[in-house]
Amino acid sequence: MKAIELKALLLKKLARIAPEFEMNQLDEKAPLRETLDIDSFDFLNFLISLHEELGVDIPESDYGRLNSLQALISYLQT
Amino acid sequence: MSDFCMPSLGADMEAGTLSTWKIKVGDQVQRGDIIAEVETDKGLIEIEVFDEGVVSEILVHEGEKVPVGSVLAKIQSTSTISTSTFAPLPLAPLSLPSTVDSSSMASPEKKFMSPRIRISPLAKKIALDLNVDISQIQGTGPDGAIKRRDVERTARSLETKTTKTVILSQKTESESVQKMRRAIASAMERSKREIPHYYLETTIDMTKPLQWLEEENKKRSIKDRLLPVILLIQAVAKALKAVSDLNGYWIQNQHQKSEAVHLGFAISLRQGGLIAPAISHADQKSKDELMTHLRDLITRTRSGHLRSSELTNATATLTSLGDLGVEKLYGIIYPPQVSLIGFGKIMERPWAENGMIGIRKVVIATLSADHRASDGHKGAQFLETLNRYLQEIGTL
Repeated sequence: MKAIELKALLLKKLARIAPEFEMNQLDEKAPLRETLDIDSFDFLNFLISLHEELGVDIPESDYGRLNSLQALISYLQT
Repeated sequence: MSDFCMPSLGADMEAGTLSTWKIKVGDQVQRGDIIAEVETDKGLIEIEVFDEGVVSEILVHEGEKVPVGSVLAKIQSTSTISTSTFAPLPLAPLSLPSTVDSSSMASPEKKFMSPRIRISPLAKKIALDLNVDISQIQGTGPDGAIKRRDVERTARSLETKTTKTVILSQKTESESVQKMRRAIASAMERSKREIPHYYLETTIDMTKPLQWLEEENKKRSIKDRLLPVILLIQAVAKALKAVSDLNGYWIQNQHQKSEAVHLGFAISLRQGGLIAPAISHADQKSKDELMTHLRDLITRTRSGHLRSSELTNATATLTSLGDLGVEKLYGIIYPPQVSLIGFGKIMERPWAENGMIGIRKVVIATLSADHRASDGHKGAQFLETLNRYLQEIGTL
């Protein structure tokens, strides 16, 4: 999947968790969980929904590397 | 015959609006059935019935707002089981709001008053200036004569009424947020006014429990993984069962310990405010059951579909602010409960043990407890038990 499609998909899923946030204003490098105020439950649910849609099973040890939109996109592309 | 009443869904609730009936006259109901939905400051709540029988009468219509304790329906009992055994624990008495607004009632004398209105010239001029209809003013002068202050009072009350109508008609989200703030405010005011809190804290080495969790999660697909908070919930629930002085209520000058552990879990809402619904029998649930249950509870809390029992039967509350990087917190007990357990974030810290220094993952656990119901000694026992359960979490 191309970076641009991936970004659109991620933003759509994030918008479902944080509906009050203006997603097109989201800084790609900003710490995701702090910026969108996502707790660990929401974050896990977000990863589960990625798993269902893309088939990726992200190991728990990699969670720490996924704390920005940019990091997520490059992680999912490799 | 038993009465199905408007339940008190928290110490702060005074009245509720019956939103939907799920039953009709003649229906058979079982204990635990959801038979109505009630609109409260905490959203739409599904109300369970605690009796078995046939609905014989419905007394409150959909859309009506009634004080806590009002009879909503009558149920003709079909079983011989004593219904009182199942009745939820009563909450401390609440002051019920007066249902009659005296100011809106016409005084009987009014009808016989002379149609001529007695008003001072100054008051008349002010009334004209402020555009107040003088026939609507209640005079306080001799023989009911209208004085300047009466005009001003009426003008003010008309102004408030207009503002109120505007706010009500907006029906915005901010209104429900305000209602929730008021609900939290009254519960917290009551807590700080009535409960003599004492606070204890201890730092718990989480290295071993987290290693266990990491190993466990490696074996699992992402959708079955457990979160660290599940370990905290399980250990707290088991410790409350073991040190039961901290589990239960303080009602009418009496400590009511609870055998069952229904652990309230504080869930923040995105639009502001929080709700702490109960995980029933948390001490008897496995980690997987707790995870499934909590996922469901968080979803329903945020979408507004909690059940009445979840709002009323918590026997203690757990609150975790670890996700936000807070190191520790001192909670305020939710009355009539007698304890609140708080956790900060899990962090790496230098740790001395057996004359050696190492790096460990630790969490600071705090206990806020009601000194009327327990003493520091019991509180210390509780934190020690909690630590022990966490260290052996894999065997629970």
